[in-house]
Amino acid sequence: MDFLRPDSWEEALAAKAEHPTAVPIAGGTDVMVEINFDHRRPEYLLDLNRITELSEWEVGEKTVRLGASVPYTKIMENLRAELPGLALASHTVASPQIRNRGGVGGNLGTASPAGDAHPALLAADCEVEVESVRGSRRIPIDEFYTGVKRNALAPDELIRAVHIDKADGPQQYSKVGTRNAMVIAVCAFGLAVHPETRTVRTGIGSAAPTPVRAKEAEQFLNSALEEGGFWDNGKIITPSVAKQFADLCSAACNPIDDVRGTASYRRHAVGVMARRTLTWAWESYRGNAARTEGVA
Amino acid sequence: MRVNFTVNGRKQEADDVWEGESLLYVLRERLGLPGSKNACEQGECGSCTVRLDGVPVCSCLVAAGQAEGREVVTVEGLADFAKNRACGGHDGEGKGGACGTTLQEAQGWSAKGTDSQTGEGGELSPIQQAFIDAGAVQCGFCTPGLLVAADEMLERNANPSDADIREALSGNLCRCTGYEKIMDAVRLAAARQSETASSQGV
Repeated sequence: MDFLRPDSWEEALAAKAEHPTAVPIAGGTDVMVEINFDHRRPEYLLDLNRITELSEWEVGEKTVRLGASVPYTKIMENLRAELPGLALASHTVASPQIRNRGGVGGNLGTASPAGDAHPALLAADCEVEVESVRGSRRIPIDEFYTGVKRNALAPDELIRAVHIDKADGPQQYSKVGTRNAMVIAVCAFGLAVHPETRTVRTGIGSAAPTPVRAKEAEQFLNSALEEGGFWDNGKIITPSVAKQFADLCSAACNPIDDVRGTASYRRHAVGVMARRTLTWAWESYRGNAARTEGVA
Repeated sequence: MRVNFTVNGRKQEADDVWEGESLLYVLRERLGLPGSKNACEQGECGSCTVRLDGVPVCSCLVAAGQAEGREVVTVEGLADFAKNRACGGHDGEGKGGACGTTLQEAQGWSAKGTDSQTGEGGELSPIQQAFIDAGAVQCGFCTPGLLVAADEMLERNANPSDADIREALSGNLCRCTGYEKIMDAVRLAAARQSETASSQGV
């Protein structure tokens, strides 16, 4: 095994081009487990820790450019207002020690359906900035996950940053596990209310071969909200609408039975989380709407 | 490969390090510091917790090469680390040089002190003393990781609630005591810390 220690992003790209089988390592919370257990013996380890820009973020007008290695702890501490869904998801990642090391780039690189960040990223909407010596491109999150632990990266590409839309409305996140800390999600659900486009977006984790959006559920909810004038009248979500939304979210799952839970439990739990996160998020949307009117 | 890094305030060099080796392995097997415990090797149990540039991490998940040029504090250096912090000489990242814990001292570190009955005479950090006083140590395997994690929390949060303590220690598993004595120990250390602070007029 060789340990490659690039000092700059350009050096990292050159190393990855020269050795496309090199395994990038940043927080190490996935890669080191595989090496410790002898599940993986990569020819090259490509250490990204020395590239400081990967641990930095910039808050722009519309989006946050989140470096691939920004640890979850920093997201929780610094980006709660801009990325509330991802901040909530970050809270559910493992333990403080793991959150101090792991970042969104690793979640995306591993592309496990159980990665905690994915539902929040899908719901908020984002683009993954990847680069190789051939050039840079941005992959929409909807096209990023291609299979179980597979993503749209080419062998010579590295993940540099994620451009996440800043929240324009309330976002929620929910995860099912046996305890609060140190659990791989049995299933997880992210939801973002986007008042600017009058849409609601979702993300489902650990209940299909890849992280997925519940697109039919979103379409149903978006037209129900529009037809009912909910965006303007600030009414509560009708229970029948919430139920139909939850059922469609369950239907969007394609889960399996495994040690963490059964397929039917996952389908059920996703429906429950969909209804709850919708209610929580919509209640804060209504609260904000009412306050704005009151002030005006 | 060779790894140069700072351990407990002193420059160290580890040779013949395999590229896939963890920082934990280097500390235990190459530098002879077995305080950080090797249990799950997957970041689940926290018994290998050390400070890496001031930040608590599972050393089993840090590749040895990633520690190059960085500062590591292990449980063996915790007493000195806490002392420097109390003297205001510490900014959370060891400085190296004259202070710090030598490898020899660290290898010979013992919680017993010179008096085996009272434990007096040994260098202990406040959190270590609190664990002894509260009876928070049973088999002792999880203790080093808990000490490093708890010490870091008390550095950030002088007056932690029970929820804060539970959250800060949520990545450290103990299979003996059921955590109540551990909670007592951290509360005790926090109370002593604020007494010291108020007596110094801080």
